Amino acid sequence: MKLLKLVPDNTNIHFLKWRVPFYVVSMILIAASWGLVLTKGLNLGVDFIGGQMIRVTFERTAEAPVSELREQVAKLGYGEPVIQRFGKPNEISIRMKLPEGSEGDAALSDKMSRTITADIKRNHADARIDGVDSVSGKVSKELGWDAFKALGFASLAVAAYIWLRFEWQFGVGALFALIHDVSLTLGLFAITGMEFDLNIVAALLTLIGYSLNDTIVVYDRIRENMKKFRKMPMPELLDLSVNETLARTIVTSLSMLITLLALLLLGPDVIFGFTAAITLGIFVGTYSSVYMAAPILIWLKVNPNSFVPTETAMEKQERLARERA
Amino acid sequence: MLDFPRWKVIWLWFVTLICVVAAIPSLTSTMGLGWPSSLPEPKINLGLDLAGGSHILLEADPSQVRLQRIEGMEESVRNKLKQDGQKAGREIRISDISNRDGALTFVVADATQVDAVREAVLPLTNGAGLTGQRDWDINVVDGTRFVLKPTEAGISQAVTQAMDTAVEVVRKRIDALGTKEPTIIRSGPSRIVVQVPGLQDPQALKNLLGQTAKLEFKLVDTAAIASDVAQGIAPPGSEIVPYVSATAGGGAAVEVVKRLGGIRGDQLTNAQQTNDQQTNEPTVTITFNTEGGAKFAKLTQQNTGRRFAIILDGKVLSAPTINEPILGGSAIISGSFTTESANALAISLRSGALPVDLKVVEERTVGPDLGADSIRKGMIAMGVGTLALAVFILITYGRFGVYANLAVFINVIMILGIMGIIGTTLTLPGIAGFVLTIGAAVDANVLINERIREERHRGRKVVQAVELGYKEASRAIFDANITNVIAAVLMFAFGSGPVKGFAVVLLIGIATSVFTAVTLTRLWVAQWLRRARPTEIAL
Repeated sequence: MKLLKLVPDNTNIHFLKWRVPFYVVSMILIAASWGLVLTKGLNLGVDFIGGQMIRVTFERTAEAPVSELREQVAKLGYGEPVIQRFGKPNEISIRMKLPEGSEGDAALSDKMSRTITADIKRNHADARIDGVDSVSGKVSKELGWDAFKALGFASLAVAAYIWLRFEWQFGVGALFALIHDVSLTLGLFAITGMEFDLNIVAALLTLIGYSLNDTIVVYDRIRENMKKFRKMPMPELLDLSVNETLARTIVTSLSMLITLLALLLLGPDVIFGFTAAITLGIFVGTYSSVYMAAPILIWLKVNPNSFVPTETAMEKQERLARERA
Repeated sequence: MLDFPRWKVIWLWFVTLICVVAAIPSLTSTMGLGWPSSLPEPKINLGLDLAGGSHILLEADPSQVRLQRIEGMEESVRNKLKQDGQKAGREIRISDISNRDGALTFVVADATQVDAVREAVLPLTNGAGLTGQRDWDINVVDGTRFVLKPTEAGISQAVTQAMDTAVEVVRKRIDALGTKEPTIIRSGPSRIVVQVPGLQDPQALKNLLGQTAKLEFKLVDTAAIASDVAQGIAPPGSEIVPYVSATAGGGAAVEVVKRLGGIRGDQLTNAQQTNDQQTNEPTVTITFNTEGGAKFAKLTQQNTGRRFAIILDGKVLSAPTINEPILGGSAIISGSFTTESANALAISLRSGALPVDLKVVEERTVGPDLGADSIRKGMIAMGVGTLALAVFILITYGRFGVYANLAVFINVIMILGIMGIIGTTLTLPGIAGFVLTIGAAVDANVLINERIREERHRGRKVVQAVELGYKEASRAIFDANITNVIAAVLMFAFGSGPVKGFAVVLLIGIATSVFTAVTLTRLWVAQWLRRARPTEIAL
């Protein structure tokens, strides 16, 4: 049987030749992502801003009466609801954040969700309440802070681990690649207005783990080649390492994408955002392991001697003793 | 590297077999097949987001406990001084009593009695915590003004006690609803997590938990001046309590009641939803225990002809006139109930009042239909994804791809088995974690196989290339998995229910995928190499 070979043997693509323009583009993309996040803002879910989200299925109606519902819920006096379809046309989610300035009222989110569900059930006999998420102002603040801590700790912890296993320059490179991946994913959420909830934070944490896989594979090869080819200039050595691991990078990324696409297209609607975040993360993670993590080693002046065992104090004394003798 | 002693081979298969066997109950139950009930059943639990159910986070307000303690102290001090005064034959008069600003303050009228008051009040305090602190600070300022302030240690002890009681009360109420397998746990100093599977509508449950069910009988203050009451000013020693609804008051919106001298309706042996014999309106019949019955009899005897207000959670239900002393130890409460609300009140009263108000600060409810839909779609996505991946790996790596696919298959079974053994919960993000693990698990095989390919290109012999492939790839596989473990552990530490479930699947998946993708495939490849002795491999 003839086997599929996506990447020909002995490729010699000069990836690092274009490192400066690519770096500039990456930096612009990171800056743009943050600009979007700060100006347009993330479409934060009730997990982080408090309020309630109710999922309703209209069992005997082909299409949910969205505009009628919008009017009806707005009349309850908590403000304008955000009504979105999810899944089939008769399945909707009604999202409502806490009214301005009432974040301190612990029982309000619950009261809102009770009022709204009761109202829907009264006016629509075929409405089936499929899910209720209601989060009070205080709990939402705690959830947000926990999410922030988890992301921060995870990024620093994995960077520290890489520093420990390699050299400090590699740790910085990995951290940069991470910031790149997470920023671009956040940017996607800002630009598409997809809901950003706790699941997305879990997706970002997963991303931190998996996007580093690529980086580690490339770094591992760089380290190996640095020991092997002591005289080779860094750009050339990095190119060699990236080329040598290219087949693996492509095959693995494709494997992940195959399973993720299945989940994205056929999987449960409730975790669509979650899957989308990881899918995008795999794309940018593959790119960043080549164009963010590797070139930074040149600028941070990684020394090929870094991985050669240096003389210990005792060995030095022995050598001096030998020389004297 | 490729040497596998017999004991090692047996050991590897043994571990695999255990996990596979442990996975059978989980698999058969999803396929609707049985499992002998005589055998232990290591089965994966479905999370609320898949099975349907409610997760409710209840929170108490510690400042309410503080206020209750101060009010309780006021009553204790009054009673104690009354007793001591009677004993000494000389009344101890105090005035200017206030329970505002987080402390109880009062002025002793006669300065010579300050020491006597101090003697009287001191035994009302207790030790709190292990530091030798007491639960109240007693200070005397300006010679005659007592300031009694609850200490932080005292408050936190009181909050702990209140929450312990609250958990018990919540449990009783949920049991009264007849729901299956509720989980009720304390979370932090002032929160309770309630998880009830399989509810389509948690409204009844929330109504039940939201009701403190503090029942009081207080005498109506008929001396109150209507114009003052309208401005919200109550006569000294009285308070204004609103009616629960406009109809309940029959026109009146509030009732003025005496603050002290009433009784609590907490000494009950039973409470039942009944119907009024004349109007057929839903009512609640309560039966006092001996002590409560005696108190109630005394109250009604001494106040025949007057009105008293029946107050539930700070709202007046009704304020009937006491026509005759009620000596039978039971009472009927009416207050424009529906059958449901009367029934809920009866359950609440039976289970006892909550020591503090509990508010629902977070709710996650998933209907069983949505949950079932998620499972179905998750399984389809997993099946299609795995199949597509298997085809891709097969056409890329041939024989080595078969090994990799076999490893993925065993990996899936092993994850299920281990989840069953440790009894973890599969959540919706957990299904995604499953799919992701499958995608990531082949990464190890990709790394190994690509390395073998490379080593062959460099002209190494088959056995040597395979050996080097496994050896050189292991380093990167190890490092990559450690970073995944770090991320998953942090997710577990900071995440909430469903996200925790995801982290658990990832962690188990990382462990099993290294075992299947590295160790098991190496065994298979080694056995094949020894058996067939190929001089060329298709890679």
